[in-house]
Amino acid sequence: MTTDANGLAVDVRGLRKQYGDVTAVDGIDLEIRRGEVFGLLGPNGAGKTTTVEILQGNRDRDGGEVSVLGADPASATRAWRSKVGIVWQDESAPAELTVRETVRHFARYYPRPRDPEQVIGLVGLGAKADSRIKGLSGGQRRRLDVALGVIGDPELLLLDEPTTGFDPAARRRFWELIRTLADEGTTILLTTHYLEEAEELADRLAVVAKGRVVAEGTAAALRDRFGSEAIVEWTEADGRPRRERTGTPTRTVTELAGRFDEIPGLRISRPTLEDVYLRLTGQENAR
Amino acid sequence: MTTTAVRARTEATAGRLPGAWVLGLHRGALEIRQFFRQRDQVVFTFAFPVVFLFLFASIFHDAVRGAGVTASQLYVPAMMASGIMSTSFQSLGISIAVERDEKVLRRLRGTPMPPTAYFLGKIWLVLFTGVLETAILLLAGTTVYGVDLPSDAGRWFDFGWIFVLGLTACALLGIAISSVPRSAKSASSVVVLPFLVLQFVSGVYISVNSIPDWMLNLGALFPLKWLCQGLRGVFLPDSAKVLEQAGSWEFGRIALVLAAWCVGGLALCLLTFRWKDRRQG
Repeated sequence: MTTDANGLAVDVRGLRKQYGDVTAVDGIDLEIRRGEVFGLLGPNGAGKTTTVEILQGNRDRDGGEVSVLGADPASATRAWRSKVGIVWQDESAPAELTVRETVRHFARYYPRPRDPEQVIGLVGLGAKADSRIKGLSGGQRRRLDVALGVIGDPELLLLDEPTTGFDPAARRRFWELIRTLADEGTTILLTTHYLEEAEELADRLAVVAKGRVVAEGTAAALRDRFGSEAIVEWTEADGRPRRERTGTPTRTVTELAGRFDEIPGLRISRPTLEDVYLRLTGQENAR
Repeated sequence: MTTTAVRARTEATAGRLPGAWVLGLHRGALEIRQFFRQRDQVVFTFAFPVVFLFLFASIFHDAVRGAGVTASQLYVPAMMASGIMSTSFQSLGISIAVERDEKVLRRLRGTPMPPTAYFLGKIWLVLFTGVLETAILLLAGTTVYGVDLPSDAGRWFDFGWIFVLGLTACALLGIAISSVPRSAKSASSVVVLPFLVLQFVSGVYISVNSIPDWMLNLGALFPLKWLCQGLRGVFLPDSAKVLEQAGSWEFGRIALVLAAWCVGGLALCLLTFRWKDRRQG
């Protein structure tokens, strides 16, 4: 642990950003501890990308305090940049170079880079190392982007919707990669609109909607706090399906057990993180 | 995640950041490699002046009355000037606009690469391609179209500073114009059209003694006219001075105008250069 005393890799208070009349970020607070994987979850247009871009030092803010690795990203130095790895939402590598040439070249920018060959293997591009970037598939390009994000052995990795457009198998492989990096002690901030991804990877997550944090905590805590009711489903004797939302599912089932010998179509479920998420972000009617 | 899993980073951050000069050399090597892998770029910026020299100098080859030179000989310095501007102005104008649009610049800005290294890389690219282009045109000019290499050292010295000042001024203008196109798709037209017009009014395709004065005066505001004039002064016999607007080579004025464009171009670059386009923040 180096720069900051409080053990926070990211410390944001009251962050604000306007685009003309539109308020993209409306007073966001974030605390990300060192070594943590933190998920920033929210629908498109919630202000996730703007927030991450401000943390990268790539966008000005209109208000609020921001400290990333103990420094204000608005006045980023080369030394600071060498400790922050960035993976953007859209890929951006020079098309005419090969994977190996590009990764090797980017390694030169950093004081203590990782081994390029090892990083190429880590992102699963070993077989494509000598292919030109223009010949890679979308998923392979994203993995190259991740390679370029981690080649400098960053203390903090900022990933903006890294798996958008991945097929399920590629997404699983990518998750493995993130876990590997996290196990090595890299602090990771990841934005996503995939619930499953946030739940799978993040130690803690914040749900943002309309530029504000509407909930924060572990996935389980969010579920407990915002979704303590259970849903009991069964089929009535006349064949009609019934669905009841209740805080006391056992009582409901006991009552049903008195009416039926075997309750037809019985299903008891807790709200998924997705249910909680949709309710928090005001998209409940989307279901 | 427990804190014990966090690696001891103090040591890792103690490494020294690599210097801009060394990174500039690496970037230069990479830029050159990228350039020659882009076939359309090579054809567009590199082969055009060579093809045009062949066409013009072969079609127009009569002796120019009273000037002691042939039309073919006139085209050799003209196409060399055009080649210098092509490998600097056009090449940088288009490639930087494309890199900005494709977010390569933003990506570089997100690394600890010093901005100087990027520009050093571009300088190496322009120097390498500019020298190669000029050498090819000069070789063709001397072997095929009867241009004599200067015999005194003074003329070679003139050639040296004209080449360096002209290449620098055009490169800086290329970096400046790269901020104008709004996308990679429009980059070629935004950069090529003014270059094409300049070639007509600066005496590249058409001999200066047949261009209307007002057009030449327009061309005189930009570096290409002076680059052409200087190279004629270096590679043509003094008898050809009669074709010039001023009746002389005007080396002093050429040096002044090109140097002024280097200063002005640098100021323009510093004021307008952007790593991102507006959409990227």
